[in-house]
Amino acid sequence: MSARPAPHTSAIDVAAIRADFPILDQQINGKPLVFLDNAASSQRPRQVIDTISRYYEHDHANVHRGVHTLSQRATDAYEGAREIVRQFINAKDTKEIVFVRGTTEAVNLVAQSFVRPKAGPGDEILISGLEHHANIVPWQLVCEQTGAKLKVIPITPQGEVDFAAFEKLIGPRTRILALAHVSNALGTIVPVEKFIAVARQHGVPVLLDGAQAVPHGKVDVRALDCDFYCFSGHKMLGPTGIGVLYGRQKLLEAMPPWQGGGDMILSVSFEKTTYNQLPWKFEAGTPNISGTIGLGAAIRYLQSVGMERIAAYEHELLTYATQRLLEIPGLRIVGTAAHKAAVVSFVMDGIHPHDIGTILDTEGVAIRTGHHCAMPVMDFFKVPATARASMAFYNTHAEIDRLVAALEHTRQVLG
Amino acid sequence: MDLKDLYRDVIVDHNRNPRNFGKLEPADAHADGHNPLCGDRLSLYVNLDGDRICDVKFDGSGCAISVASASLLTEAVKGKSRTEVKSLFDEMHALLTQHDAPVDPAKLGKLAALSGVREFPARVKCASLCWHTLNAALDSQSDPVSTE
Repeated sequence: MSARPAPHTSAIDVAAIRADFPILDQQINGKPLVFLDNAASSQRPRQVIDTISRYYEHDHANVHRGVHTLSQRATDAYEGAREIVRQFINAKDTKEIVFVRGTTEAVNLVAQSFVRPKAGPGDEILISGLEHHANIVPWQLVCEQTGAKLKVIPITPQGEVDFAAFEKLIGPRTRILALAHVSNALGTIVPVEKFIAVARQHGVPVLLDGAQAVPHGKVDVRALDCDFYCFSGHKMLGPTGIGVLYGRQKLLEAMPPWQGGGDMILSVSFEKTTYNQLPWKFEAGTPNISGTIGLGAAIRYLQSVGMERIAAYEHELLTYATQRLLEIPGLRIVGTAAHKAAVVSFVMDGIHPHDIGTILDTEGVAIRTGHHCAMPVMDFFKVPATARASMAFYNTHAEIDRLVAALEHTRQVLG
Repeated sequence: MDLKDLYRDVIVDHNRNPRNFGKLEPADAHADGHNPLCGDRLSLYVNLDGDRICDVKFDGSGCAISVASASLLTEAVKGKSRTEVKSLFDEMHALLTQHDAPVDPAKLGKLAALSGVREFPARVKCASLCWHTLNAALDSQSDPVSTE
């Protein structure tokens, strides 16, 4: 099987983009790195790395505290990033943008501060069979704490959330619907608008796990009409340890604080403490200032490329990768939804994903193997694990050819 | 890092055609092992004649390294006493984890083929899972063994 010439790509200058990502320019085991593990964590462009360095070299001080120049600069940059995020997801107000450690913390915040106080025995929390552990376990904790029950919308053999089953499962006792916008394990793009519309009719609030959606296409929280939206910086060219919880202002205002400490208060005495306003009410302690500023730089970078162009180009990569992978005898793609992000999860006859991962690494190709923090998805498809190639807009058709060649090599070694 | 160090012919062969694959029913001792990171699951069944392993089988699913390691284990421990198995366990532990551990084919036989695993730290648990599971079976532990 020989590589065919890459088809014409959309108006994206991949070579120029790749030059912005220093990490991509290296050899792994003597071969040029092919990084196809973007769904686990993306890489960072020089612009993000430089922004963080510049902040530490010139502007660092604690935020919201000092009257001195550096504190003012740090505060301006930190709050400036909040405005960048607001625009990026089209939230109405920066009060609705809470900085957290990542998607996981955002879901936990909503679980503990929004759902737990109003859930009790007989109530239900509705998720899907497609979820990442981060959108399962926080709800199981709430169920243990309150006596509520976790209900799971089944998925179809294609890896789509079963809409008809959902319509039967949602009901008067549903306290929240928590759904992945895009599946990390399979790449399925969930048509969340349809689900949200039904949830609205039932008066059920909706949380979306957008960790895999935000880096790969335009997200507009007002158009979606969701109540909460969660995502992580490190999957979208930003630093690790920073993420965003978007919440409707009215809901956030009514919620009790999630953690107590400095910065989340207006005044403290032993008799009475007054909490700070939104969004700082949910940001106890010194925040991840450099991470937040780095996230702002990452968003600026994504915007400079253009989310629509990113989505179009990644779709081309997905189409090409799907077609090329299916040429490999004995390879089966797990997750064949009609609408997918640039994620291909697959298994090969007689070859365990872990062996695929190791052999690909010796060829310089980085993919994820394992359960992808979605063990119930693996159970559904009756596989212990899959191999997963997940692409970003800095990947190329030639890199997919390298993946395919490395998989052919894997077959020779172990087939 | 040479792939051939990891996937030696003996290992590829034992992965394709695992020896002593199946169940012993009834078994004098039995334990389950699980590596949640890669989803490997295996069960070991042991029959004892006094202090000696007279029969051993395994089943389950896993990567090439874990299947081959379990297959090689069954061949290596059959007929051995508990003390001899314990000493072999220590040898294997050293082989898999210590970079400078000498490889003594006279002592280890075909098990020496697993020495390449130590160059691949992410794979050491794959090779050692069956050995921990055997220990658990011989100690008659009821809880499944986990690598995590």
